[in-house]
Amino acid sequence: MTEASPIAPPLGATLDTPAGDRRPLAGIVLFAALIVIAGAVLAPIAATALNGFKALGDLQTHPFNLPQSWIWANYWDILASVRYWQVLGNSLLIALLTVALTLALSSMAAFAFAHLKFFGDRFLLSYLQLGLLFPLATAILPLFITVRDLGLLDSYLGVVLPQVAFSLAMGVLLLRNAFRQLPAELLDAAMMDGCGYFRYFFFITLPLSGPILSTVAVISFVASWNGYLLPLVVFNSESRYPWTLGLMAYQGQYSTSWQLVLAFITLTILPAILMFLVAQRYIVAGLTAGAVKG
Amino acid sequence: MSANGWTTLVVFLPPALLIFTVFVALPMTEAAWYGFFNWNGYGRPEKFVGLKNYQQLFGNATFLRSLVNNGLIIAVSLLVQLPLALGIAMMVAGRIVGAAWFRMIFFLPYILADVAAGLIWRFMFDGGFGLPSLVTGALGIAPYYLLADKTWAFSAVLIVTLWKYFGFHMMLYVAGLQSIDKSLLEAAEMDGASAFQRFWHITLPLLGPMIRLSIFFSVVGALQLFDVIVPLTGGGPFETTNTMVSFLYYFGITRMRVGFGSAVGVVLFIICVTFAFGYRRIFMRDD
Repeated sequence: MTEASPIAPPLGATLDTPAGDRRPLAGIVLFAALIVIAGAVLAPIAATALNGFKALGDLQTHPFNLPQSWIWANYWDILASVRYWQVLGNSLLIALLTVALTLALSSMAAFAFAHLKFFGDRFLLSYLQLGLLFPLATAILPLFITVRDLGLLDSYLGVVLPQVAFSLAMGVLLLRNAFRQLPAELLDAAMMDGCGYFRYFFFITLPLSGPILSTVAVISFVASWNGYLLPLVVFNSESRYPWTLGLMAYQGQYSTSWQLVLAFITLTILPAILMFLVAQRYIVAGLTAGAVKG
Repeated sequence: MSANGWTTLVVFLPPALLIFTVFVALPMTEAAWYGFFNWNGYGRPEKFVGLKNYQQLFGNATFLRSLVNNGLIIAVSLLVQLPLALGIAMMVAGRIVGAAWFRMIFFLPYILADVAAGLIWRFMFDGGFGLPSLVTGALGIAPYYLLADKTWAFSAVLIVTLWKYFGFHMMLYVAGLQSIDKSLLEAAEMDGASAFQRFWHITLPLLGPMIRLSIFFSVVGALQLFDVIVPLTGGGPFETTNTMVSFLYYFGITRMRVGFGSAVGVVLFIICVTFAFGYRRIFMRDD
């Protein structure tokens, strides 16, 4: 596919367009339109966060006003509850394990495909690439039975291993292409000096591949953090629920108190939003570059 | 290959192949196999029923409706989301105040989990609290529950997917726009080409690879939509808002009808693979 050049430029980068500079009115109309669109995009999130501060009656009569009185307890009670930290902790554990295993397995396989010629290498590579063609949902029932027969139901590994398996195709593809672009002279020189493949992999390939490794890490982290179907099928005990399942369970329990559900949503999407604000360059670059190079 | 090479191969390759085979390749093959059986998931599948699961599937009004719904998502992605994302990309790729902030805001919904997005919009569409209540309240008429309206409920799903995904496609177009050589556009302007002509004859063709990529992701994403459905409508009212995957979940997994559910998976698999191969062969050969 496309070897597009700097795919996600720094968000500050701009492009000269004839409009704007020379026609101030057009610029103002454009800016106003963008403000309206941005308002429409942010409104549901803002409504969710603000309505979480309300009493139910207030929410019922004035759903789109500021709270008449700010009920901080809605938020504090959730922050003080075990379940909130437990679901976030579970999600974090699952996502970190998924990322670590995805990086380890796909970088090793990608290295083998990039530098070693062996019988059937092309065939095995296309075999792994099959994983790009269909989503996890297509195989979810047999996957459930596999996980059950391996005794992994209701365990973290029961979610982590299939997630890793489904991100391998993407990881191997992106990493193999990147590894092959490292100068061949580097490998020749290292081999000449008696540095084996193992040391070359750990001391040269990996340190030189930071950006692409972080792309793979971002993609598999976001997919795992936001994952829903697989944990839904694998977990029974609420103590193991990641936040996506925990959110649905909370909604089921407090379905008549929208203000609490909204506060819970706000608090569970908060880590993703904070992370995005801090590392947006890497996240945008990772998610779009992965898409383009994949 | 040297001994060192062989050792590396034997250590590096098998773990990935093993995990992939156990959790991706075998389950997909098994789905094809289970699809011929009537099986509740316990013991071995023994009740061979041939193509009966598939017959049932294509005689099932809810499944056919879910196929139509997947088609609707694809149609809205291509006819509404694509032009919208491209238009907004053109607005924020330029030198306008706050361009970086706008891009970030528009991308934000994409990083939220579908489940959270679905639940947020379940509130927004709630006739007693959300957007409809603004209108019905102002007019003094009875509350309107969009998510309970079997004619229009699916439009809620379409709005949510649009809200959540347009920013991703916008970002692809922004990247595409920023890699266009500005001197081309300047030269055309010098020669008296209008803004529309510059867009139509220069920008659009040069964005071709990105547009083809964006269409690919729209279709693949539309085919596997599930997480939004559960919190938003749960497939209702009257099973009018299912997608293929939510149908698979509600009618295959929750009822442990492994054979029937596997047949749904196989149909989805065939659609995905046919599309991926065909599309790449026809439209993305040169990219």
